[in-house]
Amino acid sequence: MKRYQVTRLSQGRISFLLDLAAIKKILLLFFLLLAVFTVSAALGDIRLSFMSVLQTFTGGGTQLDQLVVFSFRMPRMIVAMLAGMSLAMAGAILQGLVRNPLASPDIIGLTAGASAAVVSFLALFSNESNALTVSIQWLPLAAFLGAALAALLVYVLSWKNGVSPVRMVLIGIGVSALMQAATTMMMIVGPIHQASQANIWITGTVHGVNWKEVSIMAPYTVSLMIITFLAARHLNIQELGEELAVNAGVKVERQRFWLILLATGLVGGAVAFAGGIGFVGLIAPHMARRLVGSSFGPLLAASALLGAILVILADLVGRTLFLPLEVPAGVFTAGIGAPYFIYLLLRSKRL
Amino acid sequence: MENVTKNLLLLLGGMLAVALCMLLSIVYGYTDTSWREAYQAFVQFNGSTDHLVIQNVRLPRALIAGAAGASLAMAGAIMQTVTKNPLAAPGILGINAGAGFFVVAAITIFGLNGTQALSWVAFAGAGLAAVLVFCISAAGREGMTPMKLTLAGAAIAAMFSSFTQGLLVLEDSALEQVLFWLAGSVQGRKLEVLQAVFPYLAAGWVFTLLLAKKLNVLAMGDDVARGLGLNLVLVKSLSVMVVVLLAGGTVAVAGPIGFVGIMVPHIARSWIGIDHRWLLPFSGLLGAVFLLAADISARYIIMPQEVPVGVMTAVIGVPFFIYIARKGFGAQ
Repeated sequence: MKRYQVTRLSQGRISFLLDLAAIKKILLLFFLLLAVFTVSAALGDIRLSFMSVLQTFTGGGTQLDQLVVFSFRMPRMIVAMLAGMSLAMAGAILQGLVRNPLASPDIIGLTAGASAAVVSFLALFSNESNALTVSIQWLPLAAFLGAALAALLVYVLSWKNGVSPVRMVLIGIGVSALMQAATTMMMIVGPIHQASQANIWITGTVHGVNWKEVSIMAPYTVSLMIITFLAARHLNIQELGEELAVNAGVKVERQRFWLILLATGLVGGAVAFAGGIGFVGLIAPHMARRLVGSSFGPLLAASALLGAILVILADLVGRTLFLPLEVPAGVFTAGIGAPYFIYLLLRSKRL
Repeated sequence: MENVTKNLLLLLGGMLAVALCMLLSIVYGYTDTSWREAYQAFVQFNGSTDHLVIQNVRLPRALIAGAAGASLAMAGAIMQTVTKNPLAAPGILGINAGAGFFVVAAITIFGLNGTQALSWVAFAGAGLAAVLVFCISAAGREGMTPMKLTLAGAAIAAMFSSFTQGLLVLEDSALEQVLFWLAGSVQGRKLEVLQAVFPYLAAGWVFTLLLAKKLNVLAMGDDVARGLGLNLVLVKSLSVMVVVLLAGGTVAVAGPIGFVGIMVPHIARSWIGIDHRWLLPFSGLLGAVFLLAADISARYIIMPQEVPVGVMTAVIGVPFFIYIARKGFGAQ
């Protein structure tokens, strides 16, 4: 069987390659995500049977089931899913751009930047009674600006006749430290209840999100994800390296700028609503690459699905394992992610 | 001979600067006291608020800042030589995060209290993280490369700090207790805390000076050092132990304070050269001056509140870190 299926539209000048094996795997991942989603909807403080969850999804079920599934669990699962997808896609973009398997939004400082911005936002725009004085709608913007600032810093500071990946990672570590200092500062200056709120948020949790937040987050991230898929072909060329890309007639620097902006936007959206869930942007693209290869169309799709599965699972474990306590999802992603990172480190040859 | 005179003068200058900064640290702050009062507080103590502040708050603080700064700078200098990594320092290698996690775990899970016990816990955490990072970066194909060390440290640090935050989320009453500590601060520590760990710090300083000659040989590269008959494994493991003593002791007293260990040795090297017999003590003195100065300025920036000194050192240190990363690392 041929690996690729060429598809051409009879009208217009659109054609693309379909990687059949990859599509199968992506479909498989998609069903896995559906399964995880259903399981996650069923388990928790109140345990539902799978049948009743399915019934509830299709509009049946008791009123209690409806309440639990639609009001409590759905919003947080959707936010977890979107955040996982955004982080994983941002990680895939960054790894392609700097051509370094260790690049990820957390290591490079994007997450720390967004965190600093959100904590500052919470500290600056809330009054005595801990209520926000401006609409929470501005929170993603703040997170985006923070991530953008960090990205800009890292990019500009590692520029020295071009951006060397190693330098970018190192400077990212430095910028992360700076952003963490800013975050700590904001937590200490603000009142203590705010600090604890901010701390929960930094660790990365989707606890207590509601439909309103979903309705702000979904359009923003979904549109960015669509743009990312459209940009996938540019990423393929970028990954060939500077010279080849230039020879292929690409305005490398300009494209790189837009791609970094995209990654920043994705991270900003995820961090704004789910907090600094670490290491997803690192490990999801790696797993995806193992599964579907490194062509960016399937890679992005597989990364996104894996990212979503990871975060939903981490959240599920976090809210069921230690009942009645809730452990933030970020703790589990770090628990899996850091050893994986070290494994990558030990395996890589060129460092 | 001229060099020796110059170096001796530099050391002497460093000592004077440390003494001066200690005095400044004792006199200036939120409750401004006069020089004369500071003097009287020690000679004829009369129990007034000012005297109490000076004896119970300012003096311990100055001593702790000095000891912490010196220890961190020496630890950084040793690590930079042992790992041949210009960016090596306790903070970057996850030692601080390890100690932080252990302390928070001790408070939240085991309900431990009391600074004495906590400083032991911090020691254990620092040691564990150091051993982890060193083992990880020494494993694998071509042994310990600077880049691998830095990245392994960053990953271990990220993991530990994520766990720390998770624990704090579960038990946010502990947050208040440890937040300031986690940022790194020399404020509000009792003299007893310093007393508890001082023997270890002092032992660390002595060992540091004893190691100086061996480090000079080690700095020539592993192959040359082996050829000259140096027991590499012994010297390296001794160095790591000294670093754990110094950095662990500091974390126990002052919390995780970053970037002193990266910056100060570089500055010291540019002044006094690369001979470790001079470099190590001079780094110690400069580190003390740096941390004392950072701590004094931290009192004034957002008065009446204080910036944790760990934030101050990060703000000063990160640009320096980036400068070094740009200069030295891309070329290798």
